[in-house]
Amino acid sequence: MNTDAAAVLSAVQVKENKAVSAHEKGHSRRNNTYFFLRILFTVSGFFIAILVNLFFPQTADVEIKDYRLNIFGMNVGLTINDAYIFVLSALILVYALSGVRALNDKDSRRKYSRNAAFRFALGIALALWDIGGTKLQLFAQPFFPGPAQVIEAYLADGSYIAENLLYSLRLYAAGFSCGVIMGVGTGILIGWFPKVYYWVFPVLKITGVVPAVAWMPFALTLLPNSFSAAVFLIVICAWFQIAFLTAQGIQSTPRQNYEAARILGSSQTGLILHVAIPHAMPDIFTGISSANAMAFTTLVMSEMLGQPGGLGYYINQSKVWSAYYKVLAAIVIMAVLFSLINHIIGRIQKHTLRWQEGVLKK
Amino acid sequence: MSSSISITDVGRVYTDTDGNKVTALQDVSLDIREGEFVSIIGPSGCGKTTLLRLIAGLDKPRSGSLTIDGRDITDVSPERGYVFQQGGLFPWLTVEKNIAYGLRARKVFKREREKVSEYISMVGLDGFEKSYPHQISGGMAQRVAIARALINEPKALLLDEPMGALDSFTRSDLQDKLLELWKHKRITMILVTHDIDEAIYLSDRIVIMTPRPGRINRIIDVDLPRPRHRGGSEFLAMRKEILELFRLAQAEPQPEYMI
Repeated sequence: MNTDAAAVLSAVQVKENKAVSAHEKGHSRRNNTYFFLRILFTVSGFFIAILVNLFFPQTADVEIKDYRLNIFGMNVGLTINDAYIFVLSALILVYALSGVRALNDKDSRRKYSRNAAFRFALGIALALWDIGGTKLQLFAQPFFPGPAQVIEAYLADGSYIAENLLYSLRLYAAGFSCGVIMGVGTGILIGWFPKVYYWVFPVLKITGVVPAVAWMPFALTLLPNSFSAAVFLIVICAWFQIAFLTAQGIQSTPRQNYEAARILGSSQTGLILHVAIPHAMPDIFTGISSANAMAFTTLVMSEMLGQPGGLGYYINQSKVWSAYYKVLAAIVIMAVLFSLINHIIGRIQKHTLRWQEGVLKK
Repeated sequence: MSSSISITDVGRVYTDTDGNKVTALQDVSLDIREGEFVSIIGPSGCGKTTLLRLIAGLDKPRSGSLTIDGRDITDVSPERGYVFQQGGLFPWLTVEKNIAYGLRARKVFKREREKVSEYISMVGLDGFEKSYPHQISGGMAQRVAIARALINEPKALLLDEPMGALDSFTRSDLQDKLLELWKHKRITMILVTHDIDEAIYLSDRIVIMTPRPGRINRIIDVDLPRPRHRGGSEFLAMRKEILELFRLAQAEPQPEYMI
């Protein structure tokens, strides 16, 4: 009995020793297997959505239209369900690839794992939406069509939507970039020169609270065309907000920073360019991102109220024909587009304000 | 490269937040020799920082005059470097860009890189070139501030309690660094401090100031040989003498407490 126990003990010890030497490798291999399961879990939701679309009986009376598309000179015929499955497959591919890319980086692995449950739920939600919207039509129609029908809008109106999207982008780019330049410019003047502050700031404070669209009647009558009218509205909504915060950032620069710079030999322009403006940068970006949200609102509203194009215009037009699936399609594009713009601004902000990293709580 | 600074009958009055006139400095006269290390000590409110700001050119006196090498001090100048108590660095610039600031501000682009790395090594911050001020310790930040001031090759370096916010180990470390730089550069150093040991350890002369109104109470020559030993008997004797002076100054009856 005693010897048996000793033998077992020593065997365990030998095993442990071996385990220690192989520990690192075995650990990471086990981790990899676990991570592959995570990837599988992430994409399985979308896979279920595909299965639902393929095998769930089409009970409700919905016309599954067939579209012919010209892709790279090939004439391809596909139904709206095919297009929907194509989109789901693309999502599976994207998430699987991003999972494989995250494999070797600890931080991105953690991030990917954290998102797994949500992405799975997204797939399931699409499957339920497909059942409720298209297969059984449980939701009120025509307001809540299924996912395949939303995708139908892109098949039916693809190039027209793209045209309107470009129109919106042009409007936004022209208006917002002007607004940022003018906002930062006036903000610096107000923040730096007490005289400008005295005369301009109260005007800015009072007019700044008025939503930009309130000026629309003037914009539409006084400006030469509707495009410049909309640009004008976006400019004002961005301008006031950004100018306000820029001025605040310039004014809050500690006196000690100016004194240090002056002693080191800085000129007056140097004080503005290399002390006041860098100090105001966090506030300038706060202004830019909040102005950005308002610019989206102004953009869509002015498109709905008097533009010959744009996503807002497309929504309005589709509503007239009760084509709510097209309205939804435009909303999806807006969500993607605006998130993308926010993301780009966020990246620029993060890069510019990298000196703050770790100072501020996230 | 150094210079003599002379302060003659300088007075400075300011108005506090309640609208009362406060005499920050009254009839202050002091001559600082070339290459001298002078410390100004005194309790808070004695006008020692005010005096340093006047020498820097950040403030103007109400009466009297300040000159450097015979020229009136009218404005700030890179020839009088300044190190603030804390937080004087630009948080948006890296260590090396903070140090290079003076060169860029004066548009001296010649050999900028070499000079910056020379000064970084001088204060012992190799490897921290790309760090931002919030990523380094308080002691390191003050070294950056000193290097930033010295890169302009000033004739005098004005230090406003640069070690006030540091722990005692970092502090004595930085004191030795400062002495080393002073010996190496032979520039005039004027240090404002409230630390008696620091003043004795570093200076040739100690200017003792008393508040209400801020004026010079006594100037003490420290003729101890360097390197000085903080525990030495002469050191301790001098420490006692200065402490005694403060006690006497505080024991003086003050009008606001009289009945």
